[in-house]
This record gives sequence, C-alpha cells and structure tokens, in this order.
Amino acid sequence: MTITKTQRDILGSSALRPDGISKVQGDFAFSSDLHAENMLWGATLRSPHPYARIVSIDVSGAWKIAGVECVITAEDVPGQLTYGLISEDQPVFARDVVRYMGEPVAAVAADHPETCRRALAAIQVVYEVLTPLTNPEHAIDASHEPIHPDGNIIRRQRIMHGDPTATAPIVVEGTYDIGMQDQAFLGTESALAIPDHDGAGVEVFVATQWLHEDRKQMAKCLGMPEEKVRLVLGGVGGAFGAREDISLQVHTALLAMRTSRPVKMQYGREESFFGHVHRHPAQIWMRHHANTDGRIVKIEARFVFDGGAYSSTSSAVLINGVTHTQGPYQCPNAVVDGYAVRTNNPPCGAMRGFGVVQACFAHEGQMDKLAAATGIDEVEIRLRNIIHTGDTMITGQVLESVAPLERCIRETAAMPLPAEMGSHPHELDLPGGSGRTADRRNIVRGIGWGVSMKNLMYSEGFDDYSTARCTLTNGSVELKFATSEVGQGFVTLAPQIARSVLGVDNVTYDTIDTQIGSAGSTSASRQTWMSGGAVDGACRMVRERLFEHVGAVHNIDPLRLAIDDTDIIDTVGTLRISVQEASANFSVSETYEYHHRKTEDLDENGQGNCHVAFAFVAHRAVVDVDVELGLVKVVQIATAQDVGRVLNPMSVTGQIEGGIAQGLGLAVMEEIIVTNGIVRNPSFTDYLLPTALDAPQVVISMIEVPDPQAPMGAKGVGEAPCISVTPAIVAAIRNATGKSIDRCPVRPQDICF
Amino acid sequence: MSELEHYSLTVNGVERQVSDAWIGESLLYVLRERLGLPGSKGACEQGECGSCTVFVDNAAVCSCLVMAATAVGTQIATVEGLNDDGSLTDVQEAFITEGAVQCGFCTPGLVMAVHHLLDHNDSPNEQEIKEALSGNICRCTGYGRIFAAVDTVISVRKGVSS
Ligand code: FES
Ligand code: FES
Repeated sequence: MTITKTQRDILGSSALRPDGISKVQGDFAFSSDLHAENMLWGATLRSPHPYARIVSIDVSGAWKIAGVECVITAEDVPGQLTYGLISEDQPVFARDVVRYMGEPVAAVAADHPETCRRALAAIQVVYEVLTPLTNPEHAIDASHEPIHPDGNIIRRQRIMHGDPTATAPIVVEGTYDIGMQDQAFLGTESALAIPDHDGAGVEVFVATQWLHEDRKQMAKCLGMPEEKVRLVLGGVGGAFGAREDISLQVHTALLAMRTSRPVKMQYGREESFFGHVHRHPAQIWMRHHANTDGRIVKIEARFVFDGGAYSSTSSAVLINGVTHTQGPYQCPNAVVDGYAVRTNNPPCGAMRGFGVVQACFAHEGQMDKLAAATGIDEVEIRLRNIIHTGDTMITGQVLESVAPLERCIRETAAMPLPAEMGSHPHELDLPGGSGRTADRRNIVRGIGWGVSMKNLMYSEGFDDYSTARCTLTNGSVELKFATSEVGQGFVTLAPQIARSVLGVDNVTYDTIDTQIGSAGSTSASRQTWMSGGAVDGACRMVRERLFEHVGAVHNIDPLRLAIDDTDIIDTVGTLRISVQEASANFSVSETYEYHHRKTEDLDENGQGNCHVAFAFVAHRAVVDVDVELGLVKVVQIATAQDVGRVLNPMSVTGQIEGGIAQGLGLAVMEEIIVTNGIVRNPSFTDYLLPTALDAPQVVISMIEVPDPQAPMGAKGVGEAPCISVTPAIVAAIRNATGKSIDRCPVRPQDICF
Repeated sequence: MSELEHYSLTVNGVERQVSDAWIGESLLYVLRERLGLPGSKGACEQGECGSCTVFVDNAAVCSCLVMAATAVGTQIATVEGLNDDGSLTDVQEAFITEGAVQCGFCTPGLVMAVHHLLDHNDSPNEQEIKEALSGNICRCTGYGRIFAAVDTVISVRKGVSS
C-alpha cells in the first residue's frame, strides 16, 4: 500500500512522521541496532550495596577470560573523575566508596555479551558495608554523617512572600507522599563508540536528550578537547527525562579508546533501572488558609525531595517544586521551605513534569480539602482562585503568559461523563482487568479533579538557546539542528515550519549531531518553542534573502513580497511566481540562534523572575474502585489543555494521551520500591506499567489562545498532560471510597485498610 | 567461548545458517545480532513487553524467551518479512496515518501483534483488542492512537471484503 496525501504538510496539519515508514517496517536504526566492523561489547560492574567502602578491586580474573579485551576502573579515567549536569559530584566509577546500589565500579569490553557477563563475575571487589542514609529527614537533621564531601543537603530554598503572619478562618493541612517513578522508556540506554584512527578522538552514536551537554561532560572525563568528541544521535526509544544525565557515554568511549576498536554498550532492563535517575520521591506538607468564600489567603509548605546519592538536577527540581506551591491559583502570602537532600537511595533527577508533578499532587489535595471545609464544590473553588495573566506569583514574578485557565476548567467540566457501569459488565472492564478478580457488587464509581500550571523551558538565568540552519537550493530545503528526536515529533514539526514559512514542499533534515550549535535538551516542554523558534528564525532569514533575490530580478521592493501557499506574490502588484521557479539556480543558507527572554535566580527569600513561561491544563478523572480488593480502573479522563496554537493536531493528541497514561501509572501502579537503599523491583515483571487494558477513554479539548511570547504562538505540550492527571485520579479514588488517601501511587492496602 | 554451535533457522521463508553461536543465545539475539534482522526489539528480555514479538509456526511469541537453537525446524516470521517487496501492510500504513508511532520502539512488536489478532479475528470487539494488545507495552502513546489504527484496519478490511 502507499500513503496518499491531499493537503500540504504545513503548520496546523496532521503531517505524518518522516521516520514513520522505517519505524513500522523495523528498519529505523535505534542506537541499540547499530553495528560496526570488529565491534566489541561493553558491560558495567555495579555495586550490590547502597553504601560501602571499597577495600580492594581485583580485576585479574576478568583479564584471564578468553575474549576479554579491556577492563577499566576509576584508575583508568584519564580526565576529570566526576561528572554531573549542575554540580559535578558523580564519579565515572566509584573509587573509595559506593553511595547507591547499582553505582558503576568497573567496565569490561569483550567479544560477546556472555563473555562480558563472565568477566564481570570474575572481578573481585571487597566491600566494607556501611550503614546507609535512607531517610531524607536524617539528611536534614544531620543525624547521619555526611555521605559525600559536598554534604547531605543538595539545596535548600525558602520562599517568603507577603505577610507571613496572615491567617484566615478556614485552615486545612495535609502531608502528601509521592513515590519514586521510573521513566521506563522502552529503548534502554545504548551507545556505539568508534575511535578515530589516530587515537586522538572518538565518535559516539548515542540515544540522548542533549548531544552538546553529553559531549561537554564526556570531553572533561576523557581529558580531551570537545572537538575531538563527536556525537551523533542514535535512534532514541523514548526519554521522558531519563536521558538528561549521561549514563554509559564515558564508559563506552573510554573502552573504545583503550581498545582502539568500536565498542557497543547496551543496558538490559534491570541495569536500566540502575543506570538512570528517577522521579524524586517527595514528602510535602501544606497548610492553606482561606476565607469562608474559599479564597486562598496564605499557603505554608515544606518540601523534602529525596535526591538519592548524587545531585543530578535535584536543585532545579526543588526550585520547580517550591515555586509551584500555589499551583494555578492566586496566593497573596506564602511561607515555603524546601530541601533536596542526598541519601544512599537511587539518584533522582529529571522526569516529565520535573518537580511540578510532586507540588501539584499536594496543592490539588489541598484544594479538595478546602472544598470540603468550605462546602464549595471542587470546580467552583478552583474557579474562584484561578490565576490570571498579570497576577503576581509567590516568587514576586508577574505571570506574563496567556492563561486560559477558566476555559480549561469549564470545557473539561462540560465534557460528557461516561455511561454508568451496567449490571453485567465485561470482566475486562472491571478493576483488576486481566486478573478477572473484581466483583461488580463491590464496585463504586468516583470523580475527581486536578488542575495545574507548568513552567516551560529552563529557569533561573539559564540561557538554554537553540540553533538551526536552513538551506534553500533549487526549491528544496534542508534543515540542520542538534535537537534530539526522542519520539516527540520534532522531526515532523521542523519541516512543517519550513513549508509554512518558505512555501516549499520538499523539506529534509540532515543528521542530528554536534556539527552545529546546541539545541538544548529535549525536556522542559521546550523544543517546540526553542528549536521551533530556531527553525522558524532560520527559515525567515532565508525567506528574506529569497525576496531580495526575486526583488532584484523583477525590480520590485522586496518588502512588497509575501509567500502565498507555494508562490511568491507582490502584495501590491501582479507578480506571482512559484517558490520553485523563483529559487531555481539560487542557493542560500542561514543559521539562527533562538534565545528565550532572560530569567533570574531566586534570592534567599525565593523572590525573582525565575521562569520563562507557563502552560495550563485541567483534568477530570472517573474511576471504578473495587473497595474490597482495593483495585482501581480508570474509566475516563477528560482534559482541556492550554496549547497556545495547535501546530500538528495528531502529535498533540499523542502527547496528551501518552502523558495521561504516565500520570495514570503514577496514580495507581508505578513505584520503584526501595527498602534500606535496596531496589526491590527493577524489572517489568515487578514494576508495573499501564497496558492497553489500563488505558482509559480520553476526551480532549485543545484550548488555542496563541501566546504572543511564543515564536509561533504555540506552547510546549509534553509535560502538562501528566501533571494534574495523577491528583485527579487519586481524588476520584477518595471520592469513591471516602478515604483520605494522601500518597501516590495508591496501593490496594491504602483503599482496603 | 568454547561451547559453540552451528544450526540453521528458517526465517521469513529463507533458510539461514547460524555459525559459532553460543548455545544460550535467544532467538531475539540471533535474529538481531547474527542474521541482520534488528526489527525485533528487546526492551525487557523477560517476556513482559512484547517488543520482540515474532511468529513461530504462526504463533505470536516473545523471541526473547525462545532459545534460538530450539527454533530449528520451525517457520519463523519477523517484521522484516511482512511484505517482501518493501511496501506497507495495511496495519503498518494505519500505524503511520493514525499517529500510532512516536519513538517507535514498541512499533514492530505491536504491528506483529495486530496482524496476529486480525488474521485470527476479523471483527474483534473493544475488549478483545485490548486483551490481545495487553502484552505489548507502549510507553509513549498511551495506546489511543494504536486503538485508532486497529479500528481503521478493521473498517478498511470490511469495506474491501463487502
Ligand atoms: S523483549 Fe521480549 S517481551 Fe520484552
Ligand atoms: S511509541 Fe515509544 S514505546 Fe510505543
């Protein structure tokens, strides 16, 4: 079969993925599919202990195994011994001490994965096991010795806003616990490193979110200039934050440099659980003071994010958490204290929603408590408090973004509810799904709400610019950018932008690598805005040059020219010429760097214009709960999301549905269980993910109010879907059961006992 | 390694020699690393995600759970063999046009699972579809567009046959 298209794939159309055909046929090259002549396999030896002193490492046993070509430990790291996104506190290999279960201690390269496994088993490490610090409160109260030279507190940030003594007649408080969630991308970490013939450089094909940042960290650890480390994006099987930090990059490159042979590393699923950071588990206390009409007067809060053994992005996650204390509501007074601490639990960092997921779970729990205490309904209490463009937030920052929050809530509320469950439902539609255990007589339906706002792009003064190049030759366009395509669809969007700006149809993109300036990370809902802005800017520069050319040829002021579909027209004359024809024998190339507006650090009272922009969303959840077995089936999620402008309806739908599934996972099933620093469920057998049977009906409204600050009026849509859906589902479970459940994921025992 | 084996497998109708292979290799590993067929993906190697789905004698199986040497004498079909001439099957086409592909890592396994379902049941109901696909994890899409793709194939096939 062949796919026939009837419209141009410009902005606003549901353009199809350019990599779709290769992906459905199985010949799209994921990083794990790459091969090189004479290639070796690499593998990592990891600590079985959460906290231990390394007494000795004896690698001689590994060297004795036929087929083993290289064994490396911390002693072999030629450059900086540690790395990190914000502070460089994480060892490439542990040297004297291991600080979490799964920390890398050594790596090998050999002719076969099985040889690697045997080599790892032959390495003798003697550990002196120490008592791990696993309770984040003990990191704060200093009752445990420092587990790292940098101490146990990664960052503390308070926010003091308005009158700290203010109070009001209605006071509600709660303590909320959010579990450790895994990104669980399907394509595990993998890389192929190919050393240069002269031994002075290395080329690395890797699945990552940010090529240039990886390169920077790798070059330091390899002790090489950055230009000797070339990164190419290997096909990426999902990311969701877990590829923001480097994992196997330095190990793979180092093994390749040492052996002068290509080396491929690929984590299995269990190793993947140890090989990347997770969503921070958090405990959040909040106390809301409100008037009897439901209006919030003051919020007090305390946040504790467990950052695990190394800092990763914990300090930025903390800032996102505390600055979103108020959620999408007005709040004149606030007293907030927040900590991100170091423990011997698994390191935590970026995951879709980045600190705001945790804050939202708490503030939405509070809104429902406020509704109950005032007797005002959940929708009305939210509407009474919503924030508007121009309002001052608890950081003192004025909200400049378009904020169609009232529409988000009202349109969600207006969506039809699902039909009541009949008396003889299909057993797969009952809670428990394929377990077929639930009993219709014990099933109670509940409805719950969640509303949120999420910052877009990086914060606190960080200039996370993006770069793109547009080359127009004979009516065809080639784009170049270093934007990581992780599945989100930037490779679909970028050509749409070029087609719209330039009136061409034939648009391709070059290899995604470090042979152009940085694009920043594929995270923080930022690539549509940032890399979209860069592609848009580059295409506009090319269009200007094309108009100059056409103007010169036809003796017309180029300012009179415009693109009309695939033609160039004289807006005040008669000239109409196709872009194809106008650009015959004409070639121009322009590079554009897009920067968002500047932001500032927070001061010691948490005041400052720290965020760039915000997006808003409302979720309503309908659940069926078997109250005897504690099983939950999410029946329907209704959502209206502030998207600015819809650039590709099918892509936006995919982001919304996918984000909702991840938020559902956090609400009712996904949690990395850690006891005493030991990870108990590092597999897809024990770490449960939503399947087709768990997918609820999703009803979507995309609220389009173009944001004048956004390059094409469009806000990033990646994170908003997964933020308030979790509290909405948990609220629905509370509504069904009458239990006050203040943790997620909700477990059967939270419902039954 | 000392304990190496030689055997042949019939993959997509072609007899393929496997030489100097360790006996412990899974069918997934042999397809991907020895026979140049990386379309089947490994995301758990534990039978939980369905990314590695292939047909062995027309049964959909997780190739990560099959020892390759035990598949001697069977007919193995992979995503690469769905259409010999490089064109798209109706399921593949619907996955693209309905937006069922994001990162695409789950896609080959899901394409195989959908073919298997619809080849055995031309008008599955909603529960049958969900149950048939519940062994294939997709982390990106939330499944909505995948269901849409299945529905499209069902109605197109009905339209063609009626
Ligand atoms: S890789 Fe075979 S089921 Fe996951
Ligand atoms: S599209 Fe990424 S896992 Fe399904």
